[in-house]
Amino acid sequence: MATLVLATHTISPAARFKDAVAVAFIALLLGIPMIGLTTVDQGGTLRVATRWPTLFAFVAVAFAGRLILRFAIDQFKAHQLTRERAVDVTTVASASGRAASPLLTWVGWAALGVALTLPIFFSDNRYVVDTATTVLIYVMLGWGLNVVVGLAGLLDLGYVAFYAVGAYTYGILATQFGWSFWEALPVAGAMAATFGVILGWPTLRLRGDYLAIVTLGFGEIVRVILVNWTELSGGPNGIASIPRPTFFGLELKPPGDDPTFASFFGLEYSPSHRIIFLYYLILALALITNVFVSRMRKLPIGRAWEAMREDEIACKAMGINARNVKLSAFAIGAMLGGFAGVFFAARMGFISPESFTFSESAIILAIVVLGGMGSQLGVVLAALVLVLLPELGRDFAEYRMLLFGAAMVMIMVWKPGGILAHREPTMRYVAEGDSR
Amino acid sequence: MMLQLSGVHAHYGSIHALHGVDVAVQVGEVVTLIGANGAGKSTLMMSIFGQPRASAGRIVFDGEDITALPTHEIARRGISLVPEGRRIFPRMTVIENLQMGAVLGEEMNFAVDLKRMYALFPILEERCTQSAGTLSGGEQQMLAIARALMSRPQLLLLDEPSLGLAPLYIKKIFQIVRELNREHGMTILLVEQNAHHALRVAHRAYVLQHGEIILSGTGSELLASPEVRAAYLEAGQKTETAA
Repeated sequence: MATLVLATHTISPAARFKDAVAVAFIALLLGIPMIGLTTVDQGGTLRVATRWPTLFAFVAVAFAGRLILRFAIDQFKAHQLTRERAVDVTTVASASGRAASPLLTWVGWAALGVALTLPIFFSDNRYVVDTATTVLIYVMLGWGLNVVVGLAGLLDLGYVAFYAVGAYTYGILATQFGWSFWEALPVAGAMAATFGVILGWPTLRLRGDYLAIVTLGFGEIVRVILVNWTELSGGPNGIASIPRPTFFGLELKPPGDDPTFASFFGLEYSPSHRIIFLYYLILALALITNVFVSRMRKLPIGRAWEAMREDEIACKAMGINARNVKLSAFAIGAMLGGFAGVFFAARMGFISPESFTFSESAIILAIVVLGGMGSQLGVVLAALVLVLLPELGRDFAEYRMLLFGAAMVMIMVWKPGGILAHREPTMRYVAEGDSR
Repeated sequence: MMLQLSGVHAHYGSIHALHGVDVAVQVGEVVTLIGANGAGKSTLMMSIFGQPRASAGRIVFDGEDITALPTHEIARRGISLVPEGRRIFPRMTVIENLQMGAVLGEEMNFAVDLKRMYALFPILEERCTQSAGTLSGGEQQMLAIARALMSRPQLLLLDEPSLGLAPLYIKKIFQIVRELNREHGMTILLVEQNAHHALRVAHRAYVLQHGEIILSGTGSELLASPEVRAAYLEAGQKTETAA
């Protein structure tokens, strides 16, 4: 009988860190005489000068490089090991499409690498960073909606409502009550989750088309309320001069009386700081969303979402409370949408109901469906396609949306299950040693 | 008495599917319900789970009236269902299906129960990381049974477990039913069209026709009964030899 263990990396992160520290220490020892100290000719006499910043950079590069190298090697080893063991134990299982996953894992890491370094390469190109920020907003929305549609299988056509709730919660709290971005973020998330539950209640018995129509109606109701409830939402004029997010209390604006980001770090002020800061902010939010959702998938509640998508009656017969499972999916999906909404409001500084029309819901849903329901990486690829295509198509002027539509149709013809239809198992068991 | 249905009526939309049915299952028994297509066998089975809910009558499990309980609460009382058509979770792996079956169980029991299931159904161990939808019909049926057993139920409901399976698998499934009952003391309520096999494994049996119980007795009594032979066995035997 097989003993079951979860596949792990060959070296723990702590060990990897230690290893990198050791390498950095050697780099420091070597670096002091070779880089840190140098001789300069001063008025005919030789004097020893120091170059500590350069030395520090050298040591930092050695540390980071070692860390990355170790990580890459371990990843590679772990994959090989997993594969070998899998082939040993379950020949049949290894034949069933798990071969695709190491490649996808690499694509995922590569995408992360590109995302992390993008503003460094395009620090003076505002357009690129701005567009990348938009892509990331949609990635985050896609990941949020993926919980509802991809995992729990509840077709939601009104997702933009939660995005709007998040944005307006921040807008109102910030302009009326002077809340900061970071204070409002959790509150807006909770608010959106509450709305998720409010929408969830009446739709518990609905499935498929009927559910889609009700959620569509809900999205419209929220928008219409925002247009008409002028005292609260500013009506069609929206809410203007919403404060920008701060970097641990430091504002990113031209130098003034208060310390700003630029003055605190002794940098020369540049408007691109804010653009890049916003980019990293949404990147961080999106990454947290990703980790959060992939963790959830591995928990019993995540498995229950997926089982609910597969067969509701069988689920109930297993003793699962369908109401709680569905409401939790709605609430968590809505909460993530709410977070994205807060960021949207903070980035734009202005929100109005026009930003939250049905076509937004349709685009977010298209991202989830094109990406392959339930696939995290698929959402990234689809968001890239759906945001970049209209941007790239600007040269085609009025034919832009036509091309956009044609591309969507092509993807569905070519890949009916979405770009990445492969479902990752939530658990990988490998048998230890000689098992049979 | 483990399970007692008294005077149960049930409707599917406007169709009156059950007309006051009385069925009883004792601890340690295998009870089978046989009947033709559309006799209401599966309706009876599902009405125990409140899908559809009994419109009249009472269902008592282990001394508690469960007639009005929500489906998941009924499952929590210790009844486990292997539904008609298996209804496994096709896009999830075999092991994830088994985890779903163990939702009600203690987490610490999972590894032990998993081993038990692998011993009972070795094929599931071989396929543990495969999507359940890629299994053959017989393997899916075994997965459905294993999934139902993962919650350590007191009563197992099996709804047409032999439906659409190859003869070899049918034999295997009934072997497992016998083993579960005789060796592990599992109480089982079995709905079957395959009357021949079902009556041989059952302690007691009911014959259902047009939503009513028309006959009941021990398995061997019904096997010998001329009415049952004429209506359910002769024809069944013929198709079986033909298949």
